[in-house]
Amino acid sequence: MNRLQTLVRRPGAASLLILAALLLVVFPLTLDIFRLNLVGKYLTYAFVALGLVMLWGHAGILSLGQGVFFGLGGYMMAMFLKLEASDPVSTKIQSTPGIPDFMDWNQLTELPFWWEPFRSLPLALIAVVAVPTLLAFVIGYAMFKRRVGGVYFAIITQAVALILTVLIIGQQGYTGGVNGITDLKTMAGWDIRSDSAKMTLYFVCAGLLLAGVVGCRWIQVSKLGTLLLAMRDKEDRVRFSGYDVAFFKVFAFCVAAALSAVGGALFTLQVGFMSPSFVGIVPSIEMVIFAAVGGRMSLVGAIYGTLLVNFGKTYFSESFPDLWLFLMAALFIGVTMAFPNGLAGLVDSHLKPWWRRREAAAARRSEGSAGGSTATSPGRSTARQDPMTTRPAAGAEPQLPAAQLPIDVTGQRA
Amino acid sequence: MMTTPAATTATSAAKEFALYVEGLTVSFDGFKAIDDLNLYIDKDELRVIIGPNGAGKTTLLDLICGKTRASAGSIRFKDQELTKKSEHRIVRYGVGRKFQTPSIYENLSVFKNLEVSYPTGRSVIGALFFRQTAEVKDRVRTVADEIGLGDRLDTQGGLLSHGEKQWLEIGMLLMQDPELLMLDEPIAGMSVREREVTAELLKRICANRSMIVIEHDMAFVEQIASKVTVMHQGRILAEGSMDAVKNDPKVIDVYLGH
Repeated sequence: MNRLQTLVRRPGAASLLILAALLLVVFPLTLDIFRLNLVGKYLTYAFVALGLVMLWGHAGILSLGQGVFFGLGGYMMAMFLKLEASDPVSTKIQSTPGIPDFMDWNQLTELPFWWEPFRSLPLALIAVVAVPTLLAFVIGYAMFKRRVGGVYFAIITQAVALILTVLIIGQQGYTGGVNGITDLKTMAGWDIRSDSAKMTLYFVCAGLLLAGVVGCRWIQVSKLGTLLLAMRDKEDRVRFSGYDVAFFKVFAFCVAAALSAVGGALFTLQVGFMSPSFVGIVPSIEMVIFAAVGGRMSLVGAIYGTLLVNFGKTYFSESFPDLWLFLMAALFIGVTMAFPNGLAGLVDSHLKPWWRRREAAAARRSEGSAGGSTATSPGRSTARQDPMTTRPAAGAEPQLPAAQLPIDVTGQRA
Repeated sequence: MMTTPAATTATSAAKEFALYVEGLTVSFDGFKAIDDLNLYIDKDELRVIIGPNGAGKTTLLDLICGKTRASAGSIRFKDQELTKKSEHRIVRYGVGRKFQTPSIYENLSVFKNLEVSYPTGRSVIGALFFRQTAEVKDRVRTVADEIGLGDRLDTQGGLLSHGEKQWLEIGMLLMQDPELLMLDEPIAGMSVREREVTAELLKRICANRSMIVIEHDMAFVEQIASKVTVMHQGRILAEGSMDAVKNDPKVIDVYLGH
């Protein structure tokens, strides 16, 4: 019991449990399969938001081109599914049976060699993660070694997003062009369009997302996580403490890319197609908004942010389709100006102190043995730094938040 | 170890120094911030560099630690040529540098500030699997006690006073146990009491390492220095004991007299 209590009291553990319960129990029990599939689709964006928390929130590197990695992951998955759907029997009416339909329409007579590896599921799954990560490594290495950062890096990532979109649309014989890769049916013989498959894929998606949160949390509490925060704060100090700063940034960029790619692949599986409209600049910026609304410093917060903005998008774009883009932009500007730490920041600055006061009051009422247990609980939270909140000593000194606020704000303006 | 230092000066050939700066020049758009400068720092020496604003003192430290690239000349430390090395490599050879304005991680606790400076787990993978061992904790506590922040380990860096931040940054360098420690105006903005404490601290920590300190405050320089180098317009104007330098007419003319 006591063990369980300490586990739950670990920073972030309780919020992760609540999120897990919501994703794995509440949603599947309350939503019909159509809505659940929709939530599953949102959750694939949450992978990108998760990556942005690591990259933007923690390492202070804003990428406006995460759609590139989301798209690449999605396309790799789609290529495999498309090849499986294009067996010679079902494509026998084509002039060249056995190749994807869009290739046939574009007068291609054989499969391009770089499509070949995607006949194999294991190879395709490896490529889903490996190719985007490798691209992130190359871009990151080239940029960060030359100390390109801040707004210049953001612009370059935008350029990459634009280039990839143009490339995909332009090379329609190889990529399916503006329509993307559609008519995906089965994965290794398993029909991904059925309700039961959608249910399974939802759980796979939610499970992987939660695993992603745990993985990112593990990175955050490691020395590497501390270094990322330190770099954001005083890059030169880290460099002159003997660290090759560029590689740490490359690492953060690669983590964000890999997460986005997994999200992209799951998107393809759950939605059943992939198109360039998920690669370009607009979706990339939308994904940054998800992270900003949820809180760029909070892994769990970013997921809530993604869900909330997407629910909003679905609702508003049904009712006021023309207004949605303006509303989204207003939301982004409003959040960054009024709550730079997003929803998670509000929870930290308002909900948590309230809860602590309540707990303290309850403890005071039951004096008796209270001396021991209440004294240890804030002490523990002081000793274990929580990079997620960046307000370490808040538990011990409730009067501090006001003094810390300016630091928080300046520290997080990327 | 075996190579004899370049015999540009008779004295340097005879003796083995910790740091050799020879013929060092750096020009920014034609302006020579450092002009053919020679400087030799002894092992375990505490050298203070003084000079008027714009004399090139900070630029010299920038050159040694790799922040600025030299146009010509050489900087050798432990038989390594530093002028072409990247910053983190220079640090790993044992050169620590404190910046003029306190440069600490404001969002991290004092403990974390020191821990992050511990010289293991410096690669990406190393940092990912870095364990906070008892050895690391001991080292953090020892250094924290040394810099007088032993009871402030849980305080957030940004909440420290200006003087405490300066000490913390010195502590972060001590974590790496550098053989050459360079401090750029360590007492700027400190109270009288803090200056005294800092002087004591510097005297203690220079025991097993060479140190270069840039300072403006003459009283403080007299307190800590055995040997002083005076820089002026990118060159060395005078070098010697504080008394000798103080009475040098050239020095009086450009610096102390004003």
